[in-house]
Amino acid sequence: MNNRKMRNLFMIPYALWIILFVVTPIILVAYYSFFDIEGYFSFANYKKFFTPVYLKMTLSSFWYAFLITFFSLIIAYPTALFLTRTKHKQLWLLLIIVPSWINLLLKAYAFIGIFGKYGPPNQFLEWLGIGTKQILFTDFSFIFVSVYIFIPFMILPIFNALNELPSSIMDAATDLGASKWTTFKRVIFPLTIDGVKTGCQIVFIPALSLFMLTRLIAGNRVITLGTAIEQHFLVTQDWGMGATIAVFLIIFMFIIMILTGTRKRGV
Amino acid sequence: MKKLIRFFLVSALVSGIILYAISSLNQSEGYSSGNTLTIFNWGDYIDMDLVKQFEKETGIKIVYETFDSNEAMMTKIEQGGTSYDIAVPSEYMIDKMRQEDLLIPLNHNKLPNLKYIDDRFMDLPFDPNNKYSVPYFWGTVGITYNPTLLPNKEFNSWHDLWDPDLKNEIILIDGAREIIGMGLNSLGYSLNDTDPKHLAEAYNKLKKLTPNIKAIVGDENKLLMQNNEAAVAVLWSGDALDIMWENEDIDYVIPEEGSNLWFDNIVIPKTAKNVEAAHQFINFLLDPKIAAQNTEYVAYSTPNKEALKYMDPEMVQDERFYPSPELTDKLEVYENLGKKNLSIYNDLFLEFKMYRK
Repeated sequence: MNNRKMRNLFMIPYALWIILFVVTPIILVAYYSFFDIEGYFSFANYKKFFTPVYLKMTLSSFWYAFLITFFSLIIAYPTALFLTRTKHKQLWLLLIIVPSWINLLLKAYAFIGIFGKYGPPNQFLEWLGIGTKQILFTDFSFIFVSVYIFIPFMILPIFNALNELPSSIMDAATDLGASKWTTFKRVIFPLTIDGVKTGCQIVFIPALSLFMLTRLIAGNRVITLGTAIEQHFLVTQDWGMGATIAVFLIIFMFIIMILTGTRKRGV
Repeated sequence: MKKLIRFFLVSALVSGIILYAISSLNQSEGYSSGNTLTIFNWGDYIDMDLVKQFEKETGIKIVYETFDSNEAMMTKIEQGGTSYDIAVPSEYMIDKMRQEDLLIPLNHNKLPNLKYIDDRFMDLPFDPNNKYSVPYFWGTVGITYNPTLLPNKEFNSWHDLWDPDLKNEIILIDGAREIIGMGLNSLGYSLNDTDPKHLAEAYNKLKKLTPNIKAIVGDENKLLMQNNEAAVAVLWSGDALDIMWENEDIDYVIPEEGSNLWFDNIVIPKTAKNVEAAHQFINFLLDPKIAAQNTEYVAYSTPNKEALKYMDPEMVQDERFYPSPELTDKLEVYENLGKKNLSIYNDLFLEFKMYRK
């Protein structure tokens, strides 16, 4: 009896948090999405979303988010694997996390200088005799910087999953005659798949609605749903359309969560 | 647990010390007294020496805050958290703010210096009879280019941007009105045109510009031009001047087909608590000598006719920033097209940004 009372008491902050900062905003976003630019109730925004402009934008958002997640994973997994094998793993891990303490905007501006016409990569190309190339404001620079920014979030969950793996399992696999590759493919990777899934979620979902980097690093040559939301809220003041795009983003994220979600395998 | 408590105690202590420091600093500068004037202006858009001079002359303490977009400014005034006494919106915003009832009418009797403003810039469509606003600075949208990076290229017309030699060289301003307006202007239409046919034509014309575009950015364009990162940029005359100060090679031109004429204007928003001091301050800024000093600092074009006499003649005779009457006639002020048309402009601009060759 007393126990239940205590539990209800402990629930209050959680419930308040959820209602105030999760449920209410989502309801408000959904509510606003039903008003057209003149402030009348309508489904016009939803119709507008299914026009080529916004569908193309959705497609390109997904494509870039996919590329960013893919490259993050390709780099993060071996890194995490390497980290778990080192002596001072916490120190090495810290070094990877440190850049994420620096303000995102600052890092983006730094990259404008680095990738510019007179930045180190171009000076190197010049020295090689290839000549100056346009690096800034290309797909390459956009994906490179995004991956750079997201990579700590991919490494951490994978590192944790790998770190929890008892080394006896690997020993057992070797004892039973598995090659290194087989051990990885059949033992290590399946056992860390949850870490990979978490990492992908943490990277893919924010990557879907990146907006500042699309302007600073991609020079608005990459347009994502995030860019469109920003425009609608700040420039056009078409809150309805902005909210509609946000509703779709929420739906997409929900679907991704369900698809990649980990089912409980008994406790 | 002990560590946690210590952490909270230390952060509370530090916050307390900082708060105390702020309040005692404010007190020592006189901010706590009732006679303050809160100004809400664009960043780096006034000579701060003048602010100090005004404080000295009148004993009024000025609190100075800045914004970086009209929309952000309006949102803050709508919310009414801070009692701004003066704001400096652009012309299209004045129309909007008036409709939303966010402005206090000016008392012209308290602004005797208003007579120094050039008649050309008074009584404009966005504010008939200057009931709510006084022009602060004006300028144009045009082409900045770097002749050292592009020898043998001349820019006189919008059409020069479509030159195939300029592949991947042009930076555009990230603004729907500016860029769609440029498309319309290049076809000889008004930049306030809302005819769907003309807009479609302008969009198709802009699509052909895509191969030449390096990027569509905001304030970063200044940095990119200064550092020779790009050779051509479409931007506001004020930004062009900033760039020209940093990099003397660069030039600016107002295209002959015409372009946008914009104004930033001083208004007294509904949030004002010290309307009297606000009038005093506006009148102070309208004083020709003060306006001249302010203009030499800010470097945008002043609407104050009398102030031109006190300024460096080289600055006043510069046709790029004080264009000839013939060219001025072709410049247009943005009209408030209404939300619906603005959203059409915006959708076209989004489509244009997404378009790839």
